[in-house]
Formats: sequence, C-alpha cells, structure tokens
Amino acid sequence: MGEGFDAARAAEMVAELRESFMAGKTRSFEWRAAQLKGLARMVDEKEADITAALHDDLAKSQMESFLSELSMVKMSCLFTLKELKRWMKPEKVPTSATSFPSSAKIMSDPLGVVLVISAWNYPFLLSIDPVIGAIAAGNAVVLKPSEVAPATSSLFARILPEYLDTSCVRVVEGSIPETTALLEQKWDKILYTGNARVGRIVMTAAAKHLTPVVLELGGKCPVLVDSNVDLKVASKRIVVGKWGGNNGQACIAPDYIITTKSFAPQLVDSLIITLEKFYGKNPLESADLSRIVNSNHFSRLTKLLDDEKVSGTIVCGGQRNEKSLRIAPTILLDVPDDSLIMKEEIFGPLLLIVTVNELQEGFDLITSKSKPLAAYLFTKDKKLEHKFVKTVFAGGMAINDTILQFTNPHLPFGGVGESGMGAYHGKFSFDTFSHKKSVLSRGFGGEVSMRYPPYTTKKQRILRGLITGNIIAVILALIGWPRN
Amino acid sequence: MENSGEEPAVEGGFDGAKATELVAELRRTFASGRTRGFEWRAAQLKAIVRMIEEKETEITAALYEDLSKPGMESYLHEVSMAKAACTFALKELKRWMKPEKVPSSITTFPSTAEIAPEPLGVVLVISAWNYPFLLSIDPVIGAIAAGNAVVLKPSEIAPSTSALFAKLLPDYIDNSCIKVVEGEVPETTALLEQKWDKIFYTGNGKVGRIVMAAAAKHLTPVALELGGKCPVLVDSNVDLKVASKRIVVGKWGCNNGQACIAPDYILTTKSFASKLVDSLKETLDKFYGKDPMESADLSRIVNSNHFNRLAKLLNDEKVSGTVVYGGQQDEKRLKIAPTLLLDVPHDSLMMKEEIFGPLLPILTVSLLEIRMHHLLTFLVSNKSSITCFFLQFDKVEECFDFIYSKDKPLAAYLFTKDKKLKEKFVRTVSAGGMLINDTILHLANPHLPFGGVGESGIGAYHGKFSFDTFSHKKAILSRSFGGEARARYPPYTPQKQKILRGLINGSFIALLLALLGWPRD
Repeated sequence: MGEGFDAARAAEMVAELRESFMAGKTRSFEWRAAQLKGLARMVDEKEADITAALHDDLAKSQMESFLSELSMVKMSCLFTLKELKRWMKPEKVPTSATSFPSSAKIMSDPLGVVLVISAWNYPFLLSIDPVIGAIAAGNAVVLKPSEVAPATSSLFARILPEYLDTSCVRVVEGSIPETTALLEQKWDKILYTGNARVGRIVMTAAAKHLTPVVLELGGKCPVLVDSNVDLKVASKRIVVGKWGGNNGQACIAPDYIITTKSFAPQLVDSLIITLEKFYGKNPLESADLSRIVNSNHFSRLTKLLDDEKVSGTIVCGGQRNEKSLRIAPTILLDVPDDSLIMKEEIFGPLLLIVTVNELQEGFDLITSKSKPLAAYLFTKDKKLEHKFVKTVFAGGMAINDTILQFTNPHLPFGGVGESGMGAYHGKFSFDTFSHKKSVLSRGFGGEVSMRYPPYTTKKQRILRGLITGNIIAVILALIGWPRN
Repeated sequence: MENSGEEPAVEGGFDGAKATELVAELRRTFASGRTRGFEWRAAQLKAIVRMIEEKETEITAALYEDLSKPGMESYLHEVSMAKAACTFALKELKRWMKPEKVPSSITTFPSTAEIAPEPLGVVLVISAWNYPFLLSIDPVIGAIAAGNAVVLKPSEIAPSTSALFAKLLPDYIDNSCIKVVEGEVPETTALLEQKWDKIFYTGNGKVGRIVMAAAAKHLTPVALELGGKCPVLVDSNVDLKVASKRIVVGKWGCNNGQACIAPDYILTTKSFASKLVDSLKETLDKFYGKDPMESADLSRIVNSNHFNRLAKLLNDEKVSGTVVYGGQQDEKRLKIAPTLLLDVPHDSLMMKEEIFGPLLPILTVSLLEIRMHHLLTFLVSNKSSITCFFLQFDKVEECFDFIYSKDKPLAAYLFTKDKKLKEKFVRTVSAGGMLINDTILHLANPHLPFGGVGESGIGAYHGKFSFDTFSHKKAILSRSFGGEARARYPPYTPQKQKILRGLINGSFIALLLALLGWPRD
C-alpha cells in the first residue's frame, strides 16, 4: 500500500477496522493469542529476511539484529502469551462503606482502533513491540513503519499479512502525505516513536479527536562517571551501550559523559583502549558497527563534527566515509557549552565528555537540560547513587550499566517532559492500549433512606455521623436529639 | 501551616507575562526541593483537612450562592468527599511514595530493578463550575501528594467558590508552591500558553480539545475529565421502587442533573416504559413535592446561559409533545422543574448533546426495531441461523446497539437482576465507569479510577490514581561491576552468538558459560 493513500482511503480503512472491532473479532483471548503466536512464528521463520532488511536499512550486524531486535520481539511475544490471561482478568478492589453492600472491580477494555507510528533505528522492534501490546489488549491496529528504513517497511507490508489477521491488523507504508492522512483520522490511541518535533505534530492532530497518545521521544542521555568505579568494566559497558546500539543511533544511547577533570584522562584512555579492542584499528571497516542510516543524517552528524567550535576537541576517531555512510566512533573532550553538539540530541557515533571540578556540577548540568529518556551513573558510592536517583529526572535510569533497563519487561519504558509521555513494555504495553473501566455492582438491598430527599435535618445528622464514623451522633440523631 | 507571606492570588491584569513569571517562580521553588519530602506533603494535606473543617460554613455558603446547592448535597458530595480524599491520601501516602521493587530478568543478572515515583514538577489544575469545591481541591490533593507545585484555576462560572479559594487557600497551605489564579478566558489562555509538566482539566469536550492542543506545543501530558450522555438501561426484571429512587437521586439529587455522571437518558422496553414512568413520577413527587420549583432540595440552573440552553432543548418542537412530567420553567429564578420526556426523537437536539440539566428523556425499544445491519453482522460473525438468533434474542439488548452508536460516555448504568444481561453490559459497553443497579456511587470509591474514555476523557484520578496521574514512574535498573558477560561485547564471534542465543532462550548453561567468561577471546 502507499500509492494514492489519501485521507479518503485512510478514513475507509479506519471504518473497516472499526467494523471488525465492533463485530468483536479482537476481543477473545484465543484471537489475541493466535496473533501473538503468529508473530513469534514470524520471528523464527523469517529471521533471515528480517536480518537482511535490517542490514539493508542500517548495515546492522547480525548479532545486533538478533540481540536488540529479533530476540526482544520474541521475548515480548512469549512474555505476553504467558501473562495475558492474567492481565485480561478483572481486578477486584475493595468497596467503600458508602456503597455497602457492593462489589467493585476494574476491567481492562480495549480502546478500539489504534495507530502505531514506528521509527527507523530499530525498525523491526519499535514496530512490532507496540503492535504486540495493542493486540494483547484486544485492539485493531494500523502500523505505519518508518520510510527512513524502507527495506524493513516493505518487509512488513509483505510478511505481516501472512501471519496476522488482516481484517484487524494493517500496514500502511509511506512518508509524510500518508502519515498526515492517517493522523487526520479519529483513532482510539496513537503510539508514536520518534523525535519531539513530530511528537508535537502527532499530539496536536490527536487533540482534534481527543485521542490519547503515547510519545516515545528522545533527549540527551547523560552518563555521570565517578572516579570510584571499576574502570575497565565501566568502560566496556559505556562503549557497548553507545556504539553497540546501532552505532549511537538509539534513543537511550549515552549522549554525553560527565566526569571530574582529575578522572577524565583515565576515562578517556580506557574508552580508547576498549574501542580498539571492540572495533579494531580500522573501525570504518568493522562489520560490528551499523552505518549511518542515510545521507541526511550523515550530513547532520558531520556538521556537528565540523563545527569550528568543536574541531579541536576530538581525542579519538573523527574519520568518515561519505560513500559508505560511515563515521568512526568519535570522542570529543570538553566541547564549548554553546556548540550545536551540546544542544541537540546527537543520535550518532559521537560521544562527548564534559569535565567538571566536582560531580555536583554534573548534577546541575543534567538538571539544567530537558528531562532525558535515560540517565546513567557509574559509581560504587551508594550515597551518590541515592542522590542521583533522587535528584535527576529522567524516563528511566541504570546504575553501573547502560541500555539494559530497556530489556526488563517489569520496568515501564517511556519518557518524561521532552523525552515523552506514557510508557510500554510488558504489562505496561497491555495497560497503555487498554481502558481501565471501573465497575461497581450492587443488588437492590442495602437501601439507605437518609440518602434521599427531602433532606431533613435528622437525615443530615445521621449521614454526617455515619460518614465521620461518629456512632454517638448517629444514635442521637436517630432518637431525635437535640430537639430543634 | 506554612505561609511565605506572598500575595494570595494574582489580581487583575493576569496576562502572558505574569503567567510566565508565576510558572518561573514555581519552578524555582520546585527545584529547591521544597515539595519533595513526605512532611511537606502531609502538612499541606492536613491543612486542607483543617480548612474544610473550619470553613465548612463558608464553603457551603459559596456553593449556595453559586448553585443554590442544598446543604445536604454540599456536605455529601463536596465537603465530605474532599475531606475523605485528603484523609485517604494521608493514610496511604508513605506507601505510595515508596519505590516498587520488580523482578529482574536473567539478561541483566545480577541486578535489582525498581520503579520510583517522582513528581512531574509544576502542574496546572483547571476546575469546573458544577462541583466547584470538590473538582478543584480533589486534583490539587493528588498533585500535592505526588510532590508537585500547583496552580489552581477555579471556574469563573462559580465565582463565589473561586473567590473563596483565592481567599482561603493561602491561609492554610504553602503559598510558595500552591497558587490560585482567578479569571476567565484571557487568564486561562495566558496560563495555557505556559509550559506545564501536566495539565488536569475538568469540563467539556470543546475546551478539552483546546487544552490538549495547547499542551501539545510543550509536550505536556494531560488528564481530561469530560462528559457525555450517560445512559441508564432499565430492564423489566428489577425492584422498581428501589431502582426508581436510585435513578431520581442520581439525576436530580446531583446538582439538579448538572453533573458529568448524572443519568442523561433512560433506555427501556416499550412494554415496561409506562410502569417505569409511573414509578419515577411517584418518586419525584415524594422527593420534591407537588411544587418542585419551591423545593429547597434542588440546585438551581447555574446561570442564564445554561438556562437558555436547557429551555431550547425543552422547547424544541421535536420534543414538545413528549413531556410526561414537569416542564415548568422560571427564568427569573433560574429554575427548571424535574422533567421526564417519553420517546423523544433520536434526531432531536436533546438526544445529540449532553443535557447537563434536570431533563430526563426515556427512550423505548421493541423487537420490531432491530436494525438489519446489526442482524446481518451478528449472523455473519457468529454463523448462527436466523431462528436461533430470534429465540435467543433479549429485547433489552437492542438498547445496547443504541449505546454503541453514541460516543463513549463517562458513566453507563444498568438496572437488572439478570446476571447474563449484566455480564453482556459490562463486557461490551465501553464507558469511563459503570454501575449496576445504582447511579453515581462509583465516584465515592477511592479504589476505583475515575475518568473517561474516548470523548468522555483521557486519564483518571481518585485515591492512588490521583497520586499516579501526577507522578512519573521512573524505571531504575541497578547493577554492580560484577556479573560481566563477555559474550555481550564485540567483536561478535559465532561462539558468542551461540552463547547469547542460548542465554536469551533461557538456558542456564548458557548463562553459566557467559558468566564464566566464555568464550575466551
């Protein structure tokens, strides 16, 4: 799909999906489980095709494709299948004295027809993972994969219909016109992964229809590095988190490091050693590094590098190859505060190191910027860890590691402030695509006549006594004291 | 009681510049950490409890000025509910503030994981006019409990209560972190231009869209408590006397129908309708007397705008012949009597908009009104024969179709003793919340989230849901420097891939090998 997909066709598609939804197709556990099993099977059977598409789009290594996309999707499917029956069950809650006798519960209703707009950097994972949540919660879904990862996008259009119920799950390929046509429709939820500029556009479009949104955005993820660390391990975990994640093109990749002036030289040396161990003497040739996704982003990143404010600060890397869209892992030390690279999210293989006299200044720097999607701290000092957790606002955090908070299905994954709103993963995916409906149930007994007009003084006194738990007041009121 | 001695509320001339200044001030206060500690939050909540206790007379008087709200309603629905929300939050707050430990996955072994709630920062609460005390203070309670700084913008349509907040709140709570801004559209617009960390709005869908669009400019998350047409489905298999009382008190006993969860319209079968109407009439007579326009137990219509709006619904020629009870109007005193209408046309204005007033239309359905489309869809998706379909058909279920065809309401009600009907209702009707065999009460249970879906709103609050809605749930993964899995690092050899694959597939041997540092490079 994609040719001539205008607002009229979008409206038609939404209407079709609404009918499927209203017919109840997506409601049963069996349907949802069948879709999820279909997705798990797709990951197994089409692994080669998926890995090839990811390599086409990003030169992503097979290991990374497996580790960070395929296996994550499969685990998400399996976890959801295991837990779904439990999630679907209504949750009984206590009842209050005011409605005695009664029973109360919270039910998870599907929202209806939802839209998932995916990103280009983890084009397989960031498309399928939200779709898993939408299906688990019983919705009909439209997936709009990113056109900046065209091989993966067309792969979805081709293979999803083989594994999923196309009367309820659709793929729409395209770029701005098609996305705009989709955004004009009334959805019951939109989950968007991408940048803040488009996030605002999505939310503004959603506001016209009062459509709730989840926005998974980005930001500059800081890494605060104390001197009290196991440097070798810290270094490896920082390097793999930065460059092992799509060569820095990841929303939770370390963006800049903050450390003390006294510790910086050791840290830099350790990072350089680790980089060479991982990617060899000629990293532009390493098969273990993704390329830059396209020439737009390549130009954007080289512009950051070639900014005269920062050119003297490169302590490692800086090599690039425009034809193969490759930039080597690059470390810059103490770029000026007002340089472009300190203001925007880097989203590439450039890592900044900012040095401070004392770590406290690091805290101030982090809190002076908008809230990031992730913040990291390396330290053995428990007090520092405690302070970090308490004072730094971020979507999520990891202490003494990077990235991994993403892989735990019991942790919500999402941003705050400029880095986004809402969260998903695990049960949070199910919840984000559900409406939690309160249900209070009574019989016809338990009548409290005080509740009804006419409101006599006696009734008021009794009710007041009941509500404040003042039994004496109730008794006095019942026997008619004091006489007015 | 903490009072920094600053101006209680921003007086006239509250424009964009003043709004920006206000937010900047609150941001500085928030950044200082003042609102973070349990002690501060508990002190504010205790102060609000004290305010409610000490100023109940003033509050009730303001509500009477704004709405002619009966003292009983002011106590039951506003004062006592606000106090209950405070005391519940005070009781539970320490527990809510604690991080929640969650399981770690094998992929990050060894590690600990937890979810820590943190305040969003500086939040805006825009309140409504119909429960002007409760709908202002209840969200503020949640915002404070979650550790935020708050600006409250009460509704100008309830001016006495708005002025009361501006006067009272500074006497009780920490004025450096909680502010009241009075005003109308210009002031609200000035507020909406600012960057907030959350906006909580109670009101209607039109303004809800405006709020969300303004919020979108700053990526500000919103909670929108809106409205809708709350249906009441009444089966014939009920205790009619009790059902009738509960419907009447839910409709007219709540600000004379001017409540977001008040019954908006009734659906019942043609055969049962006359019994139901008679019972409702009887109950109305009992509750409000033969001259309800003189009853002190009914709120008035809030202002002439709304009076005209309701009069227009009532005087619509499509519905004029359908009034079976009431219909009296007194423009000077802004009173409209409890009014029942029977079988208003589906395309009348009354059946399209949320009524929000003392008019209750009753719609009836019968077997003959089955929509062919619905029948066909049902048959196609269930492959059942026509005979089966008719034999199993329950007349009252046709009402479901009508409800599905409308926007999702904030509340939906069903009166029945039939368990199967109840199950179908709960399973298939989507609404913010539901009540079986009563009206309104789910609002009072702090364990139930209160909020809408679709056109009736986004987000929820009450009890812990208030705390949650004003918090960010921050995921924290914590590791030490042990537990290195060499297989995780480049260069990615086939051996490493094998081990990692095994690890991810849950193989403990693979985990062991990985932890033992296999493969050796």
